[in-house]
Amino acid sequence: MIMNPDLHCTFFDEDCRYSLRELCNVCNVHAQFIQDLIDEGILSPQGQHPHEWRFRAVEIKRIQISIRLQKDLRINLPGTALALDLLDEIAQLRQSKSRLEQLYSLEEDT
Amino acid sequence: MEFKDYYTTLGIDRNATQDEVKRAYRKLARKYHPDINKDGDAEKRFKEIGEAYEVLQDTEKRAAYDKFGKDWQAGQDFNPPPDWDNGFEFHGGGYTETDASQFSDFFESLFGAQNRAERQGPFGGSHAGYSGKGQDLHAKIVISLEDSYRGSKQSLTLQRPTVDESGHVTTKPHTLQVTIPKGITEGQQIRLSGQGAAGMGQGPAGDLFLEVAFAKHPHFTPDNRDIMLTLPIAPWEAALGATVPVPTLGGTVELKIPPASQTGKKLRLKGRGLSSAKATGDQYVTLAIMVPKPVTEKDKELYKSMKSSMSFNPRSHLGV
Repeated sequence: MIMNPDLHCTFFDEDCRYSLRELCNVCNVHAQFIQDLIDEGILSPQGQHPHEWRFRAVEIKRIQISIRLQKDLRINLPGTALALDLLDEIAQLRQSKSRLEQLYSLEEDT
Repeated sequence: MEFKDYYTTLGIDRNATQDEVKRAYRKLARKYHPDINKDGDAEKRFKEIGEAYEVLQDTEKRAAYDKFGKDWQAGQDFNPPPDWDNGFEFHGGGYTETDASQFSDFFESLFGAQNRAERQGPFGGSHAGYSGKGQDLHAKIVISLEDSYRGSKQSLTLQRPTVDESGHVTTKPHTLQVTIPKGITEGQQIRLSGQGAAGMGQGPAGDLFLEVAFAKHPHFTPDNRDIMLTLPIAPWEAALGATVPVPTLGGTVELKIPPASQTGKKLRLKGRGLSSAKATGDQYVTLAIMVPKPVTEKDKELYKSMKSSMSFNPRSHLGV
């Protein structure tokens, strides 16, 4: 068992905003790849120009999922954008479903 | 070591054509991709499918694998006979883009582990001179809502790929102690610098990304920082108003129900959700009126007297 006391943890907090440079470093991608994802509507940073762009933590995850989907399933960018939108929708539907199930389970209990 | 039936994994016959192999793989890869399929064992299945495809998509590897014939069953104890691969050429090459470090011992005993230097990220800056940052690894960490509400320390054990002296990739268990800050939300990521795969050449190690997931709670459902609870109440509590006890992640609190409340009414308990140092989460209580079953004659009388003394048509908005 290896314990590392000097573990360097970074929390990607939804309250923080990240610059293009930080995003490239975190995800190990080129700026052009980020630009492509923005053009496809996968990422939507605040700010007009690349040096002003600020990204949310959730966009780090969108980049990582995009990389994996492209690599593992050979999905192109428009397909990736569609998959991400559908995944978001599924997550929302799952959440409403679990709330409704909670309500209906009450009726079954009584 | 267990024998693996790659044909069963892909759900195809032993005499399937190369096109059928490809089609079966692509269909299953889409179905079990861990970013798409949220089942707990999706990642494991995805790796098994990738391993099976790695062997069966390559006619040389497939021919070698087929030498074992139909005598072997999945799960059977297996050791490859010496020199079984005579006459086949595939050592040290021919890997697809799948992550070979995740393949099973069975695969490695047959085809050897992938040479470290061949691996390079398709998007990373690790191309020139076989020296570069190691691969980033991704894992899930499942915690309870209470762990997030209070903040906690978690230890997790990961199977981590390492490279031995001969350049073979093997996995070793590796335990990490991670501090979970108060108010962490589902899907949030924690990066542990340098805890990913070892670097190539002089390159630094990659990072480990942990994604937070919540274990299912019997009562509460999280919605980002907020906590949702469906609270059953009695008809008289809904009609007349009442102060009732409500469970929260921080313990029981009193909630005031206004008179004439209906099922579905949402009440907020401020600051009772997953609050972090910077942001506040609330608990939302959705009321659900439970109708008591009339058991005794007296119960029935009560309902009957309500019926006769109250003019109430719950269907008036339907025009009936």
